Amino acid sequence: MNNSTENLQKEIIRSSGVNPKKCMRCGKCSATCPAYDEMEYHPHQFVYMVENGDIQPLLESKSLFQCLTCFACIERCPRGVEPAKLVEAVRLAVIRKQGANHLKADDIPALLDEDMPQQAIVSALRKYSK
Amino acid sequence: MQRIGVFVCWCGSNIAGTVDVQAVSDALQNEPGVVFSTNYQYMCSQAGQDIIKNAIAEHKLTGIVVCSCSPRMHEATFRKTAAAAGLNPYMVEIANIREQCSWVHKDMPTGTEKAIILGKAAVAKVNLNAPLKPGESPVTKRALVIGGGIAGIQTALDIAEAGFPVDIVEKKPTIGGKMAQLDKTFPTLDCAACILTPKMVDVAQNENIRIFSYSEVEEVGGFVGNFDVKIRKKARFVNEDICTGCGICTEKCPQKKVPNEFNLGMDNRRAIYIPFAQAVPKVATIDADYCTMLKTGKCGVCSKVCTAGAIDYTQKDEIIEEKYGAIVAATGFNPISMDKFDEYAYNQSKDVITSLEFERLTNAAGPSAGKLVRPSDGKHPHTIVFVQCVGSRCAACAEKGKEYCSKICCMYTAKHAMLTRDKYPDTDVYVFYIDVRTPGKAFDEFYRRAVEEYGVHYIKGMVGKVSPEGDKLMVQASDLLANKQLHIEADLVVLAAAIEPDKSARPLATQLTASMDTNDFFTEAHPKLRPVESPTAGVFLSGTCQGPKDIPETVSQASAAAAKVIGLLAKDKLTGNPCVAASDELMCNVCSSCERVCPYGAITYVDKEFRMPDRTTRVRRVASVNEAVCQGCGACTVACPSGAMDLKGFATKQIIAEVDAICR
Repeated sequence: MNNSTENLQKEIIRSSGVNPKKCMRCGKCSATCPAYDEMEYHPHQFVYMVENGDIQPLLESKSLFQCLTCFACIERCPRGVEPAKLVEAVRLAVIRKQGANHLKADDIPALLDEDMPQQAIVSALRKYSK
Repeated sequence: MQRIGVFVCWCGSNIAGTVDVQAVSDALQNEPGVVFSTNYQYMCSQAGQDIIKNAIAEHKLTGIVVCSCSPRMHEATFRKTAAAAGLNPYMVEIANIREQCSWVHKDMPTGTEKAIILGKAAVAKVNLNAPLKPGESPVTKRALVIGGGIAGIQTALDIAEAGFPVDIVEKKPTIGGKMAQLDKTFPTLDCAACILTPKMVDVAQNENIRIFSYSEVEEVGGFVGNFDVKIRKKARFVNEDICTGCGICTEKCPQKKVPNEFNLGMDNRRAIYIPFAQAVPKVATIDADYCTMLKTGKCGVCSKVCTAGAIDYTQKDEIIEEKYGAIVAATGFNPISMDKFDEYAYNQSKDVITSLEFERLTNAAGPSAGKLVRPSDGKHPHTIVFVQCVGSRCAACAEKGKEYCSKICCMYTAKHAMLTRDKYPDTDVYVFYIDVRTPGKAFDEFYRRAVEEYGVHYIKGMVGKVSPEGDKLMVQASDLLANKQLHIEADLVVLAAAIEPDKSARPLATQLTASMDTNDFFTEAHPKLRPVESPTAGVFLSGTCQGPKDIPETVSQASAAAAKVIGLLAKDKLTGNPCVAASDELMCNVCSSCERVCPYGAITYVDKEFRMPDRTTRVRRVASVNEAVCQGCGACTVACPSGAMDLKGFATKQIIAEVDAICR
């Protein structure tokens, strides 16, 4: 693990408040996940990969945005690990990273529809122009 | 003035690694009263003890201080050493420089400084010690076993075998406990009833054993060797001495809709019932909550059909008072409630059952007469999913379930899976596990047989949810090794529910002043070296009330507890603890504070004649301590406002001298 990955791992653990070491690898999070089939990395893998500092593949994975944040994994985890909070923390790490947006400002016009609030369009343009 | 010897132990490197033992013995040499001070590698060894004995003789020591491990470890050893050299054993003080010093400090200067301070405190105390002589108390040669499961049965049989009378108190109408509800037992698959019921009969026939069934312990007083126990024999409305157990009443009773607890509510029994055919004592019991006669005064069918005339609707609870020398707790376990585990749909579907319910479902005397059928529609299940660790191994922060491993589930699930495949080869059996834990003689071999010979599908992963759809149960689960989410259409789901101590254990522990852990398991006196004794003298532990365990382990522990009880009952007298409270009658102001705080009831007030300065005689009431009952807790010495109450061996002035020495 190089320094930047280690820092990122620490930051994710800090901001999520999750201790991945509490996981006993029972897989109940993935057993309960309604978005399982959509995800490349499943909830239990998220926990394991963060614990091992294997963060880069997670940052690049579409799985981040497939998580429904339904919190079923949090509700049912027998060890109180709270995998969804970890997914959220990785998601925030991606969103906050400048220049690594999953959209470009130029892509926005194609996504517009008339029901979309004006404010959302403006903030999207602001955000993805950076 | 005392002549004190100081003996500093290295405990190998345990103490000497963080404490400069030479500096400690040198420093203590100059304390008031100290005439001899030395250090040695292992003071508790024969050679170390000889150093102490020789020093006592050579330097005419009147008191000694041993700076070593906790007094819990070796106080008794060094007291014996002193006694062997002719010194009163209560002139020995231990300064704990291991657990409370060397083990908790990392650097030598700090450790050494603290060790010297602790040594000084002990020296200051010994200066004020007085020789004490323990009293003796007789031993009542009768044991009480609380709980009549396999643990209580084995303990009682072993004690009775040694020739001592034993009483078993069982809160249910019959002894037998959980084992009576089991079908087969792992790993040999012998039927539970076939090996248990002969033991139950042995209990009934043993002249040394009395069974108080349908009874509970109401009150416990006294102390080791001399417990006074009140037992409430609940009214069963049947005269036990007359009832022949013929069972006619249980067939004729018109109240048929009472959930049968022996079959875990999966079928019904009558309001008058015998729990099962092999019950001991085989006597009927009327369930007052359901009996029409007791509730409305109209019915009386059982009384009419009883040819023996055993029914007695006017029976009342009876209190039995008995003295015991030793008490064994054998209160057992129960599966936890599944209410907090909504994801498994236990409360939504009759076809989601616990493993204990599965036992009844496969037992010939169970609700389906041993045929494995779905409780909902009586159909044969073709796909069965077993879920392990339901409520076991849950973190405290998860706020449901238990933190510990329940220990028996892996094995009984392997047994259930194997027996199902053996009897119904057309059934698909899945077992979802986190880890398969099978330490035990022939245990892992048993689990491997389930996989290799019986083709049970063991899948590493948990079940996430069970949803009833039509007459099926949709099981969504993880297969962690294949990294897949599985969806199985099951007919029956069996939950290996965690086990917890019986609810009666907590109030019983309070009555016995026996300690418990946070899970309500009884605490043993030492987790490794005194596993069947409670820290409370005279109270012993048998079976799952101490921690999760299977039948072989329970029986071993039950026999071990019996051995300890026999060892106690074989004595004619017990040596008491001389460190008990004593009241200075001249200072006592009769306020009763001590009497009120005493948890053992050791203090009473007596009238005593006092000679007054003007030569008249006055009668005053003063506190008096029963030395055989006092446990030396010291509560009274703190409560006494006039300072009349003091504890021998731990007198207030001794404690103050210690504090002074520490603060000097």
